[in-house]
Order: sequence, then C-alpha cells, then structure tokens
Amino acid sequence: MRRFWYLPLWLTLLVTGCAGQAERGDSLYAQLGGETGVDRIVAGLLWEIAEDSDTRALFVDTDIERFRNKLAEQLCAVADGPCVYSGDSMRETHRHLQVTSAQFNRLVSSLIRVMEQEQIPVGAQNALLQRLAAMHGDIVAE
Amino acid sequence: MCSWRAGIAILVLLLPLAVQADSRLLATGGASSIEGQAGGGIAPWAVISGYGDVGEWGGALGFGRVSVNDFQLDVQSVSVGLENTLEFSVGRQDLEVAPLGLNIRQDVFGVNARLAGDLIYGAMPQLTAGLQYKRNRDMAVPSALGAARDSGTDLYLAAGKLWLNGVLGRNVFANGTLRWTAAHQTGLLGFDEQRELVAEGSVGVFLNRHWVIGAEYRQKPDQLQSVTEDDWADVFVGWFPNKRFAAVFAWTELGDIAGLASQSGWYLSLQLSQ
Repeated sequence: MRRFWYLPLWLTLLVTGCAGQAERGDSLYAQLGGETGVDRIVAGLLWEIAEDSDTRALFVDTDIERFRNKLAEQLCAVADGPCVYSGDSMRETHRHLQVTSAQFNRLVSSLIRVMEQEQIPVGAQNALLQRLAAMHGDIVAE
Repeated sequence: MCSWRAGIAILVLLLPLAVQADSRLLATGGASSIEGQAGGGIAPWAVISGYGDVGEWGGALGFGRVSVNDFQLDVQSVSVGLENTLEFSVGRQDLEVAPLGLNIRQDVFGVNARLAGDLIYGAMPQLTAGLQYKRNRDMAVPSALGAARDSGTDLYLAAGKLWLNGVLGRNVFANGTLRWTAAHQTGLLGFDEQRELVAEGSVGVFLNRHWVIGAEYRQKPDQLQSVTEDDWADVFVGWFPNKRFAAVFAWTELGDIAGLASQSGWYLSLQLSQ
C-alpha cells in the first residue's frame, strides 16, 4: 500500500490543472456566455424536449414563448446574472404535472448535451447543474 | 441451483412491470465489479446497475481481468437493475494460480436493494443493502490451506453520494461499504465458520462528463492460520463514452495471497450496459 501515499497529491494536481484557465475569475453567468449564451442554451433545450417524447408530454399545455422567456430569466438569475426571476415557483408550476424521476433526469441529460454542444466549460456546467439540482425536490412528484 | 432458478423466475415476473429504458445520468450505474455487481473494481457501490430509472429496467454485462505477479483472475458477469431500486447479478470468476498450474473457479449471486436517499439529489446519500452468495467450485487448494466451507454469504450496507461541483468545479463521488463476511480472499480460498466486519471505500473525481479518476480500498479479514491475507487497494481511470459502454483501468496492490508475497498488477474491466 506504501506506493499510494502520493495519490492525494496527483489527484489534486490533475484536478487543479484541468480546472484552471478562465473558469474561476468570471461569474457563472459570464461563463455560460451571458445573455446570448443563456438564450442559446434555452433554444437548444427546447429542441431537445421537442425530440424526446417522454419529456415532451409535460409541455403539451405550455405556452412555449412564455416558457422560453421565463426559463432564460431563471437561468440568468440562478447563474448570478442581472435578472430577477418573475415566474411562478417551481413547486407551483410542477404540482399538477406529476413529473417522474426519469423525466427529470432526461431533461438534465438534455441540458448537459446542449451545454456540451455550446462548449460551456465543465466547471460552469457543474456549477449550474448543482444549483438546478437543488430544485429536484420541488419538481419531481414523490 | 435452486436459488439461481428462483432468481430467474422472480426476474421474469418483475420485468414486464417496467420498460427497458436508460433515463438515469451517465456513469450513475457504476462499472461491473469483480463480484459482478455495480461498483468500482474491488468494491460494490450503493448504486443500481444499468441506467433504468423508476418505472424502467436496465442492466449490464461485465468482463474483467486482474493480472498480478502469480495470479490472473477473469470475471464475467450479468446484472439487471429494476426501478433503480433492486439489482440482481451473477458473476463467474476463474482464478489462474500460475505457480501451481491450476484454476480456482467461483460463482457469485448478488442482490442489492436501495433503501433510501438518492445518489445525486437531496442531502441524504443513497443507501443500499446487499448480499453476495458465493460458491467455490474448486476447493482442493482452499481445503489444503484450512478453509472450513466451500460457500458463504456476504452481507453489506453501502452509502454513496455524487457531489455536483464538489471540488474545483468537478463532480466528486464517494462510496463506503460495510461488509460482514466469512470469505478468505473473497471466497476464492474458501470460507470460515465465523463472519467478520470489514470496511471498503472508494473516491472518484470526474474530470469531465466521460473521464473519472480515483482510488479504492478494501479491508479484508485475515482468518486463515496457514497464510496471510492483506487489504486491497487500487487507483483507477474510468471512461464512460456513452451509456452503452464503459471501461475501467486500474493499478492494484493485493498484498500477500495464498503465501505468495506482494501481489500487484493491473486491472481492466469492460462493460456493456443499458
């Protein structure tokens, strides 16, 4: 086992090496690409939803233009951007939808795919996912 | 054979209740461990095999090889995960003991059940309880070394958690397993009459969506009088290019095995999953 004493060291080096670059100084909103970046993420997500019959079912009664605006506003606010979310609470908007764990995870997967396509840095992706994951309890029906 | 057939029967009855689907996030089904269950390499984790979410089922096929100085272990396994709640697995192990020119084979039948919590969401870690029923098929060497029994059942509790944005923007995973076991060298050298409590731990850091690096430690009982049994450790790199395939490569140190000192070498595990 003696040979493993240096493990914490090289783990730290690898992680810090990869995390470096411009990720740390800028706000999360800036790392997502600001207003343009968030709009592109939302647009990409709408395409993903449209292509996934399982999550699409949740949006049959949704006013898509309103949804697009409110989601962009919410992502901006969540990422510490210059927006105030003016929509209804997550608990309120999802109460009647009976969102399943599978639908929630499919949407998260879609968001990850879009962020990968948009070449959002991994650290910014994870920071946004961490903040959105906190809403899981209000969205998924237990 | 009876428990084996009962397991298949239960599976066949349960499968139609869920649809085959893969809604869970990439890598959350873990890899296929050397005992056939979802886990790392040497320890089972508090995750359910495959990518099936609630209302779905999934599973995995695993192919593993551990190659150290005097031994080579080959593992084939199949596992099915139901509703992200219940996992059944079967693993076949074949240990080649090079200095003796013989092989020791073992079958491992596993069940792992999710009790509470969630791997990613909420504060509570995902908790599972599991068992591994093991049957050693080649007892000549284990008996000669003093093993009392040719089969045994390991019982364990596992807790696992993935922290999004855990350290420096990277997702971090940790798992702890408490195992109650009577197995000598996981059962490949037979079993004792008495069980002992041992601990296992794994940590991993996801460098990005597809690559994870980490380490594992597995405490072992040391119950045979004739030979020493050491704890196991490894450092690993995992690659999850998509939900269909995963590969794990590790450097592993297994200590003394059956009187042969300081066994170390590499470990490779390939997984096909749904």
